[in-house]
Amino acid sequence: MEIQDIIRPENKVYSAPELLDQNVHMHYCPGCSHGVIHKLLAEVIAEMGLAEKTVGVSPVGCAVFAYNYIDVDWVEAAHGRAPAVATAISRLWPEDVVFTYQGDGDMSAIGTAESIHAANRGENIVMVFVNNAIYGMTGGQMAPTTLVGQKTATTPYGRRVDLNGHPLEITNLMAILDGTCYVTRQSVHTPANVRKTKAALKKAFQNALDKKGTSVVEVVATCNSGWKMSPEKANEWMAEHMFAKYPLGDLKDVK
Amino acid sequence: MKEEVRLMKGNEAIAHAAIRYGCDGYFGYPITPQSEVLETLEELMPWETTGMVVLQAESEVAAINMVYGGAASGKAVMTSSSSPGVSLKQEGISYIAAASLPALILNVMRGGPGLGTIQPSQADYFQATKGGGHGDYHLIVLAPSTVQEMVDFVGLGFDLAFKYTNPAMILADGIVGQMMEKVVLPEQRPRRTEEEIRRQCPWAADGRKGGRKRNVVTSLELESSRMEEINHVLQARYREIEKNETRWEEIDVEGADYLIVAFGSIARICTKAKELAAEKGIKVGIVRPITLWPFPTEAIARAAEGKKGILCVELNAGQMIEDVRLAVHDNLPVEHFGRLGGIIPSPDEVVKALEEKIIR
Ligand SMILES: Cc1ncc(C[n+]2csc(CCOP(=O)(O)OP(=O)(O)O)c2C)c(N)n1
Ligand code: SF4
Ligand SMILES: [Mg+2]
Repeated sequence: MEIQDIIRPENKVYSAPELLDQNVHMHYCPGCSHGVIHKLLAEVIAEMGLAEKTVGVSPVGCAVFAYNYIDVDWVEAAHGRAPAVATAISRLWPEDVVFTYQGDGDMSAIGTAESIHAANRGENIVMVFVNNAIYGMTGGQMAPTTLVGQKTATTPYGRRVDLNGHPLEITNLMAILDGTCYVTRQSVHTPANVRKTKAALKKAFQNALDKKGTSVVEVVATCNSGWKMSPEKANEWMAEHMFAKYPLGDLKDVK
Repeated sequence: MKEEVRLMKGNEAIAHAAIRYGCDGYFGYPITPQSEVLETLEELMPWETTGMVVLQAESEVAAINMVYGGAASGKAVMTSSSSPGVSLKQEGISYIAAASLPALILNVMRGGPGLGTIQPSQADYFQATKGGGHGDYHLIVLAPSTVQEMVDFVGLGFDLAFKYTNPAMILADGIVGQMMEKVVLPEQRPRRTEEEIRRQCPWAADGRKGGRKRNVVTSLELESSRMEEINHVLQARYREIEKNETRWEEIDVEGADYLIVAFGSIARICTKAKELAAEKGIKVGIVRPITLWPFPTEAIARAAEGKKGILCVELNAGQMIEDVRLAVHDNLPVEHFGRLGGIIPSPDEVVKALEEKIIR
């Protein structure tokens, strides 16, 4: 059999997501989780036929330029304020599906109030929360989710509880709010986990369509540059240390 | 709703005006002396009639970012607050201005600094007219002196904001917010349809309806030459607004020996002072800036010709006086008179200040 006999449309098992803009160069570091999560979002939005009714709200953080990559309408919010921005768009365009994309600094430090209150009001939005336990964009400083003992630019000797307090599990907080309908914690470090995260995103977008309230999809992620590790080592470190504090799985799924 | 004559507080009138001018959404947080805006809107339940969204946010920070989101999606949205709350909104206001979005912000000023007092003040003049937040930007700033102007400026504020895709602010003082007056409420202006919004705001992020190219609303540009270009576009717009939209009122300026420059409700106290001065044979004219930005610089320069001196009366320690001095290049004496801490001067006090500081 010739190779040309195999390369046929009916044999295609993978293609670049149509909503992922192929004309721009992604700025993410090689190995970064953001790129995989973008790909999943692009696939989910396209597969659910939502390209013409989705508005994304990008954060201040490494994902600030998400609007350059996923081919839907976007509003770039101030640091931490994406849930407030999304609240208004969702209320004013109730037929649209609105999602926020936020880092741990964005959601659980500067934007804690906006995140908790949007979720508590049960806004019909999806909050995608990328927890890489560090401030990637500003050069690797401590985040609220940084693990005890983890070295960052502002905890050069490791995070200390007496100085810096405890890692904040904001997703657990979200799960106890009556406004949330679906709260889950996923990761994208193995093909199986990538598939699970995609399924979680689909469920979250369906909840928004069904006006069930706020869905929070946390993705425990790597920032290999900020962690100063190779992509491979970062995945190992995440599995070994992060999942103990941030165990994967659904925290809440209201039927 | 037909045109209607009513007696009401300035803050209540703002709520009625928002609905009647076809506002799509209001986002606010309680603070004295403007809480009646949100209270009145909640009582009127416009979501049942015009479909307007009303939401009590968790903070002024959230409220202004809701305004940012709503404006970015092409809707006519507004917020209101008073001085400490407006300070919190400054980051969001800078983003709205930077992203060239139309929006309306009401500040019913109270005395500061800090938590200050709930009594009236005009001490946020600098904040409103000189930027307030970070970066080179301007708001269109309207200063109402009557409850009727509170109503009218909601319509004017939205019209100007959409015409120039630039945020507008109604800079009111606690007096016009709390005072009851006769007011003519306009006939209901229908909210724009989705088609009208798309035609008016082709840049809006409302979902790529009809498969159009994606719209992105952002204020970020890391390439310096492009960021400089964005700034030039903003500055060109500000020059255009200065040229077209400067508004002021003159009272008996011609034939007067002295000028009083005052804005908002204080201009009305000065009008009474002018009458008292006339009884003493002192001829006073008044210039009342209606737009504080763009400032009526040329109008004041013209009005000052041949005058012996100018008194700036403001409920602050001397803020607008800087713009008046720039307007007249210190060619004649310009002095400030103001009360602080929420105290409102009487017309007699204004005449006395004129005599002591200008006539001497
Ligand atoms: C008001 C404000 N404060 C601080 C910053 C600087 N800043 C930019 S991104 C960021 C933290 C980003 O961390 P995170 O949200 O975890 O996103 P990541 O880059 O890790 O994806 C900070 C502090 C800012 N842009 N605005
Ligand atoms: S700094 Fe970290 S979060 Fe940012 S792109 Fe690089 S790896 Fe990703
Ligand atoms: Mg982070």
